[in-house]
Amino acid sequence: MSDQIVSIKKMTLAYGDTVAVPELDLDIKKGELLALLGPSGCGKTTTMRAIAGLLAPKSGAIFIDGRDVTRVPAHKRGIGLVFQSYALFPHLSSFENVAFGLRLRKLPSAEVKVKVEAGLSSVGILHLAARMPAEMSGGQQQRLSLARSLVMEPKVLLLDEPLSNLDARLRLEMRTELQRVQRETGVTMVFVTHDQSEALALADRIVLMKDGKIVQIGTPDELYNKPVDAFAADFMGFENIFAVDGEQMTAAGQSVALGFSAPKGHVAWRPGGVAVGSGAHSGTVIGRAFVGERREYVIDSPLGQIKADTPANEPSHPMGEEVAFDLPQASARILPA
Amino acid sequence: MTDKWISRLILGLTLTFLIGPFLIIIVAGLSAGETLVFPPNGLSLRWYLKVFTVESFRESFALSMFLAIGGTLVALLLGIPAAYALSRYKIPYGEAIKTIVAAPIIVPGIIVGLALLRYMVMPLNVGITMALFLAHTALVLPYAVRVVTASMMNLRSDIEEAAILLGCTRLQGFTKVVLPNIRSGVLAAFILGFVTSFNQVPVSLFLSGPGVRTLPIDMLAYMEITYDPSVAALSALLAFLSVGIVALAEKFLGFSRYV
Repeated sequence: MSDQIVSIKKMTLAYGDTVAVPELDLDIKKGELLALLGPSGCGKTTTMRAIAGLLAPKSGAIFIDGRDVTRVPAHKRGIGLVFQSYALFPHLSSFENVAFGLRLRKLPSAEVKVKVEAGLSSVGILHLAARMPAEMSGGQQQRLSLARSLVMEPKVLLLDEPLSNLDARLRLEMRTELQRVQRETGVTMVFVTHDQSEALALADRIVLMKDGKIVQIGTPDELYNKPVDAFAADFMGFENIFAVDGEQMTAAGQSVALGFSAPKGHVAWRPGGVAVGSGAHSGTVIGRAFVGERREYVIDSPLGQIKADTPANEPSHPMGEEVAFDLPQASARILPA
Repeated sequence: MTDKWISRLILGLTLTFLIGPFLIIIVAGLSAGETLVFPPNGLSLRWYLKVFTVESFRESFALSMFLAIGGTLVALLLGIPAAYALSRYKIPYGEAIKTIVAAPIIVPGIIVGLALLRYMVMPLNVGITMALFLAHTALVLPYAVRVVTASMMNLRSDIEEAAILLGCTRLQGFTKVVLPNIRSGVLAAFILGFVTSFNQVPVSLFLSGPGVRTLPIDMLAYMEITYDPSVAALSALLAFLSVGIVALAEKFLGFSRYV
């Protein structure tokens, strides 16, 4: 019980009469890096806003540090939020942006200065203290926004799509930075993302959501290798999914022999799990892309369009070629209904 | 070649038409003679100096300043929250409200003046100064709402939420984060409101009464009795005042962004 920092009990969130999140239960552990993952409209951002206090639940309760904060206004919750757009104050220098919350706490100015400088240097932008936000790059603004929340020593730090506005190189840098900050401060971080690779790379635990409900909670390993249903599998990159019952699966409206037996539900393969070159099935290459370490194919077959990857050192298949492929039991993920 | 000269001629005529009256008034006010004529009979500064000694000009100038400053301040006090609400919240019929708020800009002043006189001042027996004050506030309000809304639109709403999560109440979030960022919009609205109110004629014409007149109305009244160059001198001074204010505003605020 004591290792939970946030505990959500049967929380229902709604915009007017539209229920976005029905009766959600979720525990967040102290010091963990948790990802709320899901497609847009799945309720992940709404849930995050409710934890912050920016949205009042229709019913249910939110506990922070064992205290019921359901009716506590946002400015008294002690929760930090790094906005997707950073939401920096355009009229204040980066020093004053970070000092903003500390000054509201009426800390003596010498202490404010010490804390702000420590905050700015912890994210590596102390030399930019005098800059205005508009004079800073996206990555620097992100760091400033992070420092502004961190100096408040929040019980939980929420991050809304923290990497989505950055280019690929900065993204990697910022990902490392977030993990380092989390390790050094021990702050509980909850971040919202629609990008499964971001969640896998960054989180200790992932909460996969769909239509306001939790589909699966687990470590990145568990979600990646053992998705619990067709939705989770699809989201985690099992792009070839078929309904199955016993020895037969249904593909493109037809019943096809599976080659092994599975309980009623779904069966799924990653593109990398499809064996190209030999096998019981065949189709025409209608799409191909060379992405460095592998080649990606789209094969039009009686089973529908199959996505398949092969290592780059294997012979390549030109467009229009008729290729055989196999959906082996070894790489199949069986998802009982 | 001829094309170039034709376009220059058109430009010259247009500028003459726009600026000419202004120049004529300035020069006419410099006359040494007793009547308002152009070209002037000799040159002197006597009429520019006389303006400051006319008692009714001093009184009506004070009233106009009071209406322009006070009316605009009250309009901002009403207009800023209105602009905030219109740009931040989904208000039922919000678009319709914006259009209605802008109505005084579109409706001819003479109609507004007549309506206010007939259906507010006469039945309710409102005092002249009060009526003028309310009318000027109402006339300035659309500009206040419009200009402040425009600068509010450029401001992301999530900075308020950021302020709240850093410990601000909603009101503190507004004063510490929203206001400083729309400051130039508010100043622009103030200046626009001031100039609009100060130069207002048709509405003030209906609402002015014995002994209580705004400066432009007083100037009209003065001219009906005394046809000397002091009105030209005063007009020139007022024009310089308006141009000066707008020029300063443009220099410091980039005023033309808002109008």
